[in-house]
Amino acid sequence: MKRKMPDSLPTLPKTPTGIEGLDEITGGGLPAGRPTLVSGSAGCGKTMLAVEFLVRGATQFDEPGVFMMFEENVAELTANVRSLGFDLAALEAQKKIALDYVHIERSEIEETGEYDLEGLFIRLGHAIDSIGAKRVVLDTLEALFTGLPNHAILRAELRRLFRWLKDRSMTAIITGEKGEGNAVTRYGLEEYVADCVIVLDQRIQDQLSTRRLRVLKYRGSAHGMNEYPFLIGAHGFSVLPITSLQLDHQVTTQRVPTGIARLDEMLGGLGYFRGSSVLVSGAPGTGKSSIAAKFIETACRRGERALLFAYEESSAQIVRNMRSVGIDLERWIKKGLLEIHASRPTLQGHEQHLVTMHDAVRAFHPTVVAVDPITNLFMAHNDAEVKPTLMRLIDFLKKEQITAIFTSLTTGGDAMTAPEDSQVGVSSLMDTWLLLRNIEFNGERNRTIFVRKSRGMAHSNQVREFVLSDTGIDLVDVYLGGDRVLTGSARVAQEAQERSAATLREQDHQLKLRQLASKRKAIEAQIAALQAEAEAETEEVHFAIAQETLQETTADLNTATMTQQRHVTTGLNGLAKEER
Amino acid sequence: MSGLTLLAANQEAAASPKFQLRLYVAGQTARSLAAFANLQRICETHLAGQYYIEVIDLTKTPQLAAGDQILAVPTLVRRLPEPIKKIIGDLSNEGRVLVGLDVQPVAI
Repeated sequence: MKRKMPDSLPTLPKTPTGIEGLDEITGGGLPAGRPTLVSGSAGCGKTMLAVEFLVRGATQFDEPGVFMMFEENVAELTANVRSLGFDLAALEAQKKIALDYVHIERSEIEETGEYDLEGLFIRLGHAIDSIGAKRVVLDTLEALFTGLPNHAILRAELRRLFRWLKDRSMTAIITGEKGEGNAVTRYGLEEYVADCVIVLDQRIQDQLSTRRLRVLKYRGSAHGMNEYPFLIGAHGFSVLPITSLQLDHQVTTQRVPTGIARLDEMLGGLGYFRGSSVLVSGAPGTGKSSIAAKFIETACRRGERALLFAYEESSAQIVRNMRSVGIDLERWIKKGLLEIHASRPTLQGHEQHLVTMHDAVRAFHPTVVAVDPITNLFMAHNDAEVKPTLMRLIDFLKKEQITAIFTSLTTGGDAMTAPEDSQVGVSSLMDTWLLLRNIEFNGERNRTIFVRKSRGMAHSNQVREFVLSDTGIDLVDVYLGGDRVLTGSARVAQEAQERSAATLREQDHQLKLRQLASKRKAIEAQIAALQAEAEAETEEVHFAIAQETLQETTADLNTATMTQQRHVTTGLNGLAKEER
Repeated sequence: MSGLTLLAANQEAAASPKFQLRLYVAGQTARSLAAFANLQRICETHLAGQYYIEVIDLTKTPQLAAGDQILAVPTLVRRLPEPIKKIIGDLSNEGRVLVGLDVQPVAI
């Protein structure tokens, strides 16, 4: 949690607590060398915060610390914080932490005359000197008020104690029980500790308890004013700052295949960006989990580590169900590349879930994370709190360069009504949004998929049919014809119909061609016949002409012959005549 | 004031005194001295021969403060007879000291 302080005037020196998130809110930690009051009702984590402050100081910042406890004894405290992974006994043996249990039994004590609390100072001083402490925790100082009858003396001594702590430059945490009404503490400790006051609060909402932290006051320093959720997880205390997280994570142009070739194609041919967050939303049974599982399986195939958070099915059930669509997850679990964390969303508050996820991610170092589904996880809770929680998760994953796929159940579930509204406003946090829809038509339901958005890459605007079979997931072009979209068997039928129509047309064409050919032949034959006829007629004409010519010539010839013959006679006659 | 001189003074009773008392103080302040003087007077008056006082100066031996859960000084601890009783303050109120030590005052 390194965060640069603004480079302006030198600010109040601060002591980092090492507590995740708290140093961000306070802009670097608690006021160095001064006491800080941590107040809250019973069981809200005051002691945990104080212990972690000391342990982190001792282990990370080389600042040994004294824990002076007034309520639990050393053995109890040591046992209580062991669950957070803090080994106080070992730290005490290494002289990094000194533990002192201060116990006052009112019934044993009789009061007579004047006294002061020098004994307490001596004990504290001795503990500080024995390990060279820089940090001090007094938990819960207010127990003194019940143990010591003379409050006038006690108050005077507390004032002296805080002065004394400041003089010794101890960065101290004083815990106090929350008072009645608006009082920060029951005995008004805030009166003495004026530098920094942190208020812890635990409240129950929807039967789930959530814890909140607020910096009520921080003299001489800017600080986050909001209430911040905090958690006590397996690795200690963590405050989840909402506003202080900056959008400054590294980005990469590296791409991660989705595991579905056609889907990669739709996303510019390459798949998701590494470190991006993907939302897969859809009605029940649209195949969201399968897309997530496929993505995870593909990552495992590449030898990467993957983490699946399941909030609907048990681990074994997921493995079985995914096998039915040709996704073998068991193999990768056995190889240690895949871990499935299955739990009921109502098991704990969503902040607690968030911490569980953080811890799991930290422990496993995956490159790919799937959450199936986020709706179950977050919808069960107050909507206003969902987005920040999810935002923190996404930011965390982005910071770690983990590609995350979230499935989201949309309500309604019928095909064409927009389920977008039910996306708990998370879509703006997502880089890629795949929308799955059911299309019910002609007595069957089919799945379609389209890329609703995908930041930073060219992506297809086409609706594809999403087919789950025992061989896996595939995307098929839907039939877009006329004014409707056809999927499933309607698409197949339509395609068959089109195929047969095409065949018919083809046959028709051939028939027509054949008819044309034969017609042409017929015409050609006709032409030939006519030609023949014409020829015949020509011949006839020629014959007739020839005949006539022949007759003529013959006639001429005859005439000539006659004439010749007759010339003799005629001439004679003529001569005769003439002679007459 | 010194614990050692005090121990010597009660040597004869140290074998098995009925009352084993320990007075915790922080340095030789007026209050410490007053507490010691008051204690000695009360014991001599009411517990003559049955008591044993050990004075512990926490400024010299701070590590001893935790053992008897000392916060306030001066604190008088009745270690025997059991149960342990504590009286805080300069022991100026004799009646209350006697109540605290569970001692029947000797009628004078």
